[in-house]
Amino acid sequence: MKMPQPDAGVIARRAEIIEAMQAIVLGEGVITDEEELRVYDHDGLMAYKGLPLVVVLPETTGQVSAILEYCAANEVKIVPRGAGTGLSGGALPLADAITLGLGKFNKILEIDYDNRTVITQSGVTNLAITEAVEDEGFYYAPDPSSQIACSIGGNIAENSGGVHCLKYGLTTNNVLGIEMVLMSGKIVHFGGKHLDSGGYDLLGVATGSEGLLGVITEVTVRILQKPETARALLLGFPSNKSAGNCVAAIIGAGIIPGGMEMMDKPAIHATEDFVHAGYPLDVQALLIVELDGPEVEVDHLIERVDAIARQAGATHLSVSRSEEERQAFWSGRKNAFPAVGRLSPDYLCMDGTIPRRKLADVLQRIEELSQQYGLRIANVFHAGDGNLHPLILFDANEPGELEKAENFGADILRYCVEVGGVLTGEHGVGIEKRDLMGVMFTEDDMNHQQRLKCAFDPAHLLNPGKVYPTLHRCSELGRMFVHKGKLPFPDIPRF
Amino acid sequence: MSETLKPETAEQVLDAVKWAAASESPLAVKGQGSKEGFGRAVEADCRLDLSGLTGIGCYEPNELFMTAGAATTLAEIEAALRQNNQQMAFEPADLGILLGGEGDAGTIGGAIACNLAGPRRIKVGAARDHFLGFNAVSGRGETFKSGGTVVKNVTGFDLSKLIAGSFGTLAVMTEVTFKVLPAPEKTRTVLVLGLSDQDAMKAMAKALGSSHEVSGAAHLPEAAAKGSKVSHVAGTGRSVTAFRVEGPGPSVEHRCRALTALLGGGASVEELHSENSALLWREICDVRLLDGDGGNGRQVWRLSVPPMNGAGVAEQLTAGTGASVFYDWGGGLIWLTMDATPDAGHETVRRAVEAAGGHATLVRAGADVRNRVPVFEPQTGALREITARIKEGFDPKGILNPGRMVEGV
Repeated sequence: MKMPQPDAGVIARRAEIIEAMQAIVLGEGVITDEEELRVYDHDGLMAYKGLPLVVVLPETTGQVSAILEYCAANEVKIVPRGAGTGLSGGALPLADAITLGLGKFNKILEIDYDNRTVITQSGVTNLAITEAVEDEGFYYAPDPSSQIACSIGGNIAENSGGVHCLKYGLTTNNVLGIEMVLMSGKIVHFGGKHLDSGGYDLLGVATGSEGLLGVITEVTVRILQKPETARALLLGFPSNKSAGNCVAAIIGAGIIPGGMEMMDKPAIHATEDFVHAGYPLDVQALLIVELDGPEVEVDHLIERVDAIARQAGATHLSVSRSEEERQAFWSGRKNAFPAVGRLSPDYLCMDGTIPRRKLADVLQRIEELSQQYGLRIANVFHAGDGNLHPLILFDANEPGELEKAENFGADILRYCVEVGGVLTGEHGVGIEKRDLMGVMFTEDDMNHQQRLKCAFDPAHLLNPGKVYPTLHRCSELGRMFVHKGKLPFPDIPRF
Repeated sequence: MSETLKPETAEQVLDAVKWAAASESPLAVKGQGSKEGFGRAVEADCRLDLSGLTGIGCYEPNELFMTAGAATTLAEIEAALRQNNQQMAFEPADLGILLGGEGDAGTIGGAIACNLAGPRRIKVGAARDHFLGFNAVSGRGETFKSGGTVVKNVTGFDLSKLIAGSFGTLAVMTEVTFKVLPAPEKTRTVLVLGLSDQDAMKAMAKALGSSHEVSGAAHLPEAAAKGSKVSHVAGTGRSVTAFRVEGPGPSVEHRCRALTALLGGGASVEELHSENSALLWREICDVRLLDGDGGNGRQVWRLSVPPMNGAGVAEQLTAGTGASVFYDWGGGLIWLTMDATPDAGHETVRRAVEAAGGHATLVRAGADVRNRVPVFEPQTGALREITARIKEGFDPKGILNPGRMVEGV
């Protein structure tokens, strides 16, 4: 993975930059010691590490504004960082950039049950929002599996998903407003407690922008009342294909479950060995289908899903009879990553999304690639929305294995795009999928995306080297080549 | 307009925009023209008529998406969806009659470009939330795409959000992909009669804060209720607060009972079933409850505010003025109608909305008024700069719908 060449001129000014930061953030908020910087040398994409120029941990929006204003004036780059749980290397430090950590933005500012909103600082964890409102029966719906640790600001930067987004939407559908500091140091507000925008939807474009457009300091999210009840079915199938057919049949019957997850045989065995969830071991594929709502609705839908599953050839059917049992069904899926992690010193987690009907086909191709590369694989899958997480097992201590695993992963993602899917469903492009962007997008596609970047950060100081394989200068992107005079287009009907 | 170009393929759209960019000839972009009166009048000599870009390209009900030519009519899309018991869950409003034209018009591209949303906005989102991807030609005369056909996709910036609600000022969509969802098995509406506006806000907050999955919460003061074609609504002689409940049959019955109990029960609560329920929500969605059938020359504003501020904002703007309102989105959407004045009362409206938090759009007024008064929320400072720079990046020659949203942009 090639990162932009660090700017030696900036590194040479390190002492001066540190002094300027210490004048803005007093006390211990500026980290310069190499040992302490190491804490920040990677995010959830463990394979890549690097030391930042310096880490700054501001506590107020005013400080963030002053830092960015200084950096814009002095051409110093910024890497924003939430909780550092991102899986695509979006918060990977750069040797010539300040890592700007939002960890001290940890306060929930306002809970408004009547308007069903929570206003919070951006470093608050996803789960803390739910915990703050659950006494009143409310929750924040998007639930990425890192929710205990990941920050809401990071969720917005990545447009995070989770197992419940099939029914309740992604982050972008649940965020109402943000306060963001632009690279110029200016503080802007997009959205609020009201819906939609009076101009261009800048809240919408900031969501999922991976720290390239601004630094999010405050967030307004909507909260929902928890469903009356939830129950889950555990369905085992003799093949990936029959499980895939069952998923299609459930959706085809007009049922949108609260969650619908799939695991293949290696994932089932790994998780069962790890947490003893009671999964059947004699099946090739397992589905967890959760239905939520009033009891009468859940009972009704469980009957229907049960019938569909039998029709699709399920060989194992069980329905949770208690909250404990429902949690047990989920425990395996929720621990799938650490469970698979026990099988191998290292693993890479892929994140493509595919059309649901291509599921069996894609799993077949992944199996072939697994044999070709000689690397084992386990698959977990947000089946309801087609988001696949193949886990590639490897040993980073074996020379060349990381590279082999990455090539394997890239081949999987290329195939996802080939069958009509996309490179990343919820983990983001970061550095991990950066060089594959050309598989999905043409030069013109990416240039238009970068023109949006130019409107926010014309000098490319925010998180450079992430998402786009090449960052074009904004002056170059703004240039337009036109043929003067009338182009002939005799074919277009005119009146 | 001196000339109309009517391309029939995406390639012809590209040729037309390239020509317009080269000769710096501004284009007024239109689908069926059903919302031409929405926004400011475009400053252009040439019309780019997209109505030839029609047809459902790909529709796979089990994959929950549809791809269609940008000017495919909503009527054609809805008919295809109905055959599979599916729907566009964001309920694109049919503003034809409100805007003084015909009803039953409009295209999918127009619905997305205006980021339309109906009463279900509070539960499932607006057009922006269902718009998965597109092919388009920017004002630079370059073809580009964004998104895809799958719901979960974070590959690159989400340009679909930028294009939704941009009123054709950044790019000409040629093909769009959007999410479709199962239609509910059953729909019922619980009506609470006689609540004051303030009490209605509280009742709606209670219902929307419950687990009963209310998919529409609207309050019709007595005058608005009187305009309904549903006799149970028009004939009460009181205000009507409506709650929509959708889903599988047994669940709908259960939740209607629970809602009735939650809202106090008793004689002032009624239920609407099937056709009556559907008709009422159609009237709310399409804004047919202002001054009877509309089109009588009164001006109409659309205000989006925090739901609990709805009644307060409306009170400020209606007390002693002859203006009237009804509310959707649990109080967060106010449709305000008032006698026509040369400035559409814009300073008063904007002051009230600014204090409450939110934005206001002048949806219906004469073209001269719309060109004089800012139709969309005026932007200042950094927001204005970003907006101008985005426009500059996507349409440097200012040829796509110039002036539609902001004068001179």
